[in-house]
Amino acid sequence: MEMPRPDPAILARKARVAQRLREVLPPDAVIDDDSETRVYECDALTAYKCPPMLAVLPGSTQEVSDVLRICHEEGVPVVPRGSGTSLAGGALPTADSVILGVARMNDVLEVDYENRFIRVQSGRTNLSVTGAVEEEGFFYAPDPSSQLACAIAGNIAMNSGGAHCLKYGVTTNNLLGVTMVLMDGTVVEIGGAHLDAGGLDLLGVICGSEGQLGVVTEATLRILHKPEGARPVLMGFDSNEVAGACVSDIIKAGVLPVAIEFMDRPCIEATEAFAHAGYPMCEALLIVEVEGSEAEIDFQLAKIKEIARRHDPVELREAADEDEAARIWLGRKSAFGAMGQINDYMCLDGTIPVTALPQVLRRIGEMSKKFGLEVANVFHAGDGNMHPLILFDANKPGDLETCEAFGAEILKLCVEVGGCLTGEHGVGVEKRELMLHQYSREDLEAQMAVKDVFDPAWLLNPAKVFPLSLTEERRAMAVAAE
Amino acid sequence: MKIMTPATEAELAELVAGAYGPLAPRGGNTRGVPVVGDILSVAGLRGVELYEPGALTLVVKAGTPLAEVEQLLAGENQRLAFEPMDLRGLLGTKGEPTIGGVFAANVSGPRRVQAGAARDFLLGVRYVDGGGRVIRNGGRVMKNVTGYDLVKLMAGSWGTLGVLSEVSLKVLPRAETQATVRLHGVDVKVAVKAMAAALGSPFEVTGAAHDPAAAEGPVVMVRIEGFEASVAYRCARLTEVLRIFGDVSVLDDPDASAVIWRDIRDVAAFHGKPGDVWRLSVKPSEAPEIAERLQADALLFDWGGGLIWARVPEGTNLRARAGAFDGHATIIRASVDTCSRLGMFQPEPATVAALSRGLRAKFDPRGIFNPGLMDAPVEA
Repeated sequence: MEMPRPDPAILARKARVAQRLREVLPPDAVIDDDSETRVYECDALTAYKCPPMLAVLPGSTQEVSDVLRICHEEGVPVVPRGSGTSLAGGALPTADSVILGVARMNDVLEVDYENRFIRVQSGRTNLSVTGAVEEEGFFYAPDPSSQLACAIAGNIAMNSGGAHCLKYGVTTNNLLGVTMVLMDGTVVEIGGAHLDAGGLDLLGVICGSEGQLGVVTEATLRILHKPEGARPVLMGFDSNEVAGACVSDIIKAGVLPVAIEFMDRPCIEATEAFAHAGYPMCEALLIVEVEGSEAEIDFQLAKIKEIARRHDPVELREAADEDEAARIWLGRKSAFGAMGQINDYMCLDGTIPVTALPQVLRRIGEMSKKFGLEVANVFHAGDGNMHPLILFDANKPGDLETCEAFGAEILKLCVEVGGCLTGEHGVGVEKRELMLHQYSREDLEAQMAVKDVFDPAWLLNPAKVFPLSLTEERRAMAVAAE
Repeated sequence: MKIMTPATEAELAELVAGAYGPLAPRGGNTRGVPVVGDILSVAGLRGVELYEPGALTLVVKAGTPLAEVEQLLAGENQRLAFEPMDLRGLLGTKGEPTIGGVFAANVSGPRRVQAGAARDFLLGVRYVDGGGRVIRNGGRVMKNVTGYDLVKLMAGSWGTLGVLSEVSLKVLPRAETQATVRLHGVDVKVAVKAMAAALGSPFEVTGAAHDPAAAEGPVVMVRIEGFEASVAYRCARLTEVLRIFGDVSVLDDPDASAVIWRDIRDVAAFHGKPGDVWRLSVKPSEAPEIAERLQADALLFDWGGGLIWARVPEGTNLRARAGAFDGHATIIRASVDTCSRLGMFQPEPATVAALSRGLRAKFDPRGIFNPGLMDAPVEA
């Protein structure tokens, strides 16, 4: 994977830039020592590492504005960072960049149950947003699996999803407003406690822009009252086709489960060996969860089980109590950990139309043989968001490259059947060069034009999302303007 | 004024590329937007490209009549969950609302408060930009973070960024039945508190409106939808929630309930009544105070108070009456003169307006699509 070469002229200004940043930030908020900047050399895509020139940890919107204004004046690229949990390299620095971490900004600013929103600083972690409102019975719906660690800032940048988005939507559907700082230091307020935009829906394009349009410092998020209860049912099938048809039939029957999770045989075997959740050994396993009162849950699950029975399940197990519910979820929740026990793995998140599921799984199986690497599939089946885990050995020369080539083939397949490269992780650096498989140059030009408006100098996270060859001129402009 | 009705996306692109003067992109032209220049109608682009009920997705050309889409979905027991309103009754317009127009105006009804807005259901677009280029963004899958989300930007851009030629959207199952719990005889302040209690409950309310001038006296209406047993259960629980605010009754006839919500969606109470009509999106708890400042001839509250419909004498500057508030006020029905004097859309703060202007200049460099429609008015 290629990154732009650091600009020696910027590196030569390191001391001056650090000095100027120290003038506007507390002494411990500017990190310029090489041993300490190393902390920020990568995010959760650990295959790629590069320490930044500097890292800053501002504590307020004003400080973020000061940092960006100075970096803008100095022509220094800035890479915003939430908690560094990106699987796509969204927070990967270049050697001539300043990492702007929002981790110190994690306060709850306002909780309003009557109007059902919470306003937080963007460094607050996803789970602790729910933590701030759960005593009153409320929660924040998007639940990416990294929710214990990931920051709202990163959730907004990547438009994060989670297991429950079939019912509750992803970040963009739960975000009401932001305070955002543009690269030149301008602070803008967009949205708020009301619904919808009064003019163009800028919030809609900010969400998911991977930190390339501005740095979000505060967010207004929709909160919901928790359902009275939830219960999963587990079903096993003889083939991926049958499991796929069952998902489709459940949805067509008018039941809207809160989650439908899918695991294939390699995944079942690995998690069973690791977590002993008591899963049946079969080709495909579904976990379907519904919500409501006891009676409502009984009614919906009865309907779902009736549909499942039409597909001759090899196993059909409803949780009788909380313990059993936890056991049903145990395997699914430990799937990634189980894979990590076996090997290094790469996790992709291409999305496909649900109807293409059997075909795609078959093709992935064929590719697995071709590339000589094992793959296990765990999948948000309700919304078509796949998570193929390709197993490889990082210590074996060439294995990472083979794995990446395999991954790229899978993602191209997702696009080919009518899906997309990434459903929730984002493009970052990982899928940047694949963008032309999904979009034409003109399609991407239209997207880059948005960045031209928000960040005309192309200094914010410039080497992400778009193929480097397409952004070269724009990034060169930034250098020329110094 | 010419009306151009291209039959294909390629023809549409050619017309835009070759245009000299301003163009007014339109679907059925039912939403009362003042026309500047020639009308560029997408009504010739119609038809379903793909409908997969089991995947909850529909891909359809932009000029397809909304009624056709709704009928198709009903055949599979599905629907557009965001409940787009029909403005013909309120505006006295004729014509056939199109699916493209619904998204260009981001039109959502009472269920917006629970299910989301039109923009939340839009998965992908094809559009022709101001240079006559065909651009694609998003796709047909529910989770897609591949590149920037221009889909949301196109929704509610009122044809000022591009002309939609095709949309893909998420549909949802239609509810088996519905009922309405009513709270009688309360004032606006109590109504908003009662609606907040209902919406903040776990009982999945899909509509919360207040008509202060209903024939039977002021009434709060709360809608519950779903399977029959579940609706009955939640009606009972919501009756308990609302009882502390006043007299409660349950309307469990689904057809009668559906009529109530269609009338709220289309603001039937204002049909045939004189004056201008405005729509304000506000923080719900501030609705009573803002509403009082409006000194309106008539009011209707939806979205738990977060949406205020106001009918006022012609030419009234309602934004001046409302003063500063968290939200925005849009003109829905007024003379062309009033629209251009006050601006249909809420003026934005300078920093935000600069971004919006910048985006329009990029998407439509010649400024030919609905010029001036979303810009700051003469008299802000």
